[in-house]
Amino acid sequence: MTNLIRRAAVALALPVALVVLWWVATADSTSIFWPPLSRILGVFGETWFTGRFTDDVLPSLARLFAGYLAALLLGVAMGVAIGSFRLLRALVEPVLEFFRAIPPPVLVPILMLFAGIGTEMKVLVIVSGCLWPVLLNTVEGVRGLDEVLRDTARCYRLGLRARLFRLILPGASPQIAAGARQALSIGIILMVISEMFAANNGVGFTIIQFQRSFAIPQMWTGIIVLGLIGIALSAIFRMVERRLLGWYIGVREAHRTEG
Amino acid sequence: MTAAVTAGPTQHGGRRHRPLPAWLLGLIGPAGLVAVVELVPRAGLVDERYLPPCSAMIAALVEQAGTAEFWTALLETLRGWAIGLAIALAAGVVLGIVIGSVPLLRAATNSTIEFLRPIPSVALIPLAVLLFGTDMRSTLLLVVYAAFWQVLVQVLYGVRDVDPVADQTARMYRFRPLTRVVRLIWPTALPYVMTGFRLGASVALILEVTGELIIGSPGLGRQIAVAQTSGAVAPMYALVIVVGLIGVAVNVFARAAERRVLRWHPSVRTEVA
Repeated sequence: MTNLIRRAAVALALPVALVVLWWVATADSTSIFWPPLSRILGVFGETWFTGRFTDDVLPSLARLFAGYLAALLLGVAMGVAIGSFRLLRALVEPVLEFFRAIPPPVLVPILMLFAGIGTEMKVLVIVSGCLWPVLLNTVEGVRGLDEVLRDTARCYRLGLRARLFRLILPGASPQIAAGARQALSIGIILMVISEMFAANNGVGFTIIQFQRSFAIPQMWTGIIVLGLIGIALSAIFRMVERRLLGWYIGVREAHRTEG
Repeated sequence: MTAAVTAGPTQHGGRRHRPLPAWLLGLIGPAGLVAVVELVPRAGLVDERYLPPCSAMIAALVEQAGTAEFWTALLETLRGWAIGLAIALAAGVVLGIVIGSVPLLRAATNSTIEFLRPIPSVALIPLAVLLFGTDMRSTLLLVVYAAFWQVLVQVLYGVRDVDPVADQTARMYRFRPLTRVVRLIWPTALPYVMTGFRLGASVALILEVTGELIIGSPGLGRQIAVAQTSGAVAPMYALVIVVGLIGVAVNVFARAAERRVLRWHPSVRTEVA
């Protein structure tokens, strides 16, 4: 029990100290850029919980979710196909390398031409950014499948469906998860960017509005909201990953302690 | 990023008749893309105002390459990327080694790092604009913040990976702290540092261009935004292509640097992202 308390104390000490430092350092700050933390927290509630949460935060998250999910499905499907056929892989790999290397935010102006500035554009931007890490990691995962397992599946003449769900997808899943994790942080960036560039609602849009109208404490609350979104999503991701990939994490830990 | 790390020489199956060589197939892909982008707008399947034919993009690119403005913007982008990455790398390595080798420090900072890391760097855009305006420093802030975590986390993994026997041997011989870092920790952590460098390099480019695009600090991103608002579609595509090529170059450069620095390393380690 005391051990638990000590661990909690060690984990919490620095964050608490940092917040206290922020509080004290800005307590009687008169700089307009660095308002006192007490004021930021004071306006937090009225800024976000009087309609903005449902009007801005939820639509942003919904777009992120839609785009991310579409990118996952598309990336895994294409990745399995490309990873399984050597000819296809050789054919498209240079093209993929190029598309992957384009920083996704520059696609915002291009996709705006096609889809305007509405919801479709933002979802498309998120899909087009999240797709590549998932796709390329899936290709690598499928390529790196255990040869013995692959041959065994062939010997037993597993059907296409069984091979896909019993062999390929589980075998590639650690790699797919690594890609999905990268895609998530890119997705959050794109969610914000697409709204900052052109939008009429959303978290990114709201924060830029605050900054342009010099509502500095409100802008700070926006930064905090974005931070919290990032933290919450990565926590959720880790939970899901632990659930789905529990077997793999266990195997890896075992290897680590053995070796 | 993670992908293509293991891309070694392609294994040829035991086939008798040789299939087309990989480089030829590799050329067919991009050639096909160029043909599609050329033909689709020409055939009227997509409005030319939205997707100009490839030849128009290339013409715009050639025209851009003739202006001094383009080259200044290109240099600004590369400079911002390089400076940001260098700062992030230095800070990440130093802090990573310090935090990683003191157990108490590691335990104390763990929660904070896990907390700060997922904060999207774009959240800092409004703050950066207030502090530095459209100066290159505001983009630099984003670049450093984003790339720093990539490096730091990898270095922390690397320091943790130090072989216990080697570590105890070093203790037995009473290595001084500096010797310990140079002889023991650094060689162990180096592959991870290079992974952090590679991940950081591409993230830094993303944020560099993003900052230019959104904040309007000088560079190719701003040129894209300008082309977009003035409806110059073909030049905009041309600039996007240039940015993509820079991205490819950054990836190739990072991988080459990694291979060069780790020449001595017995195996290519799997990445802990």
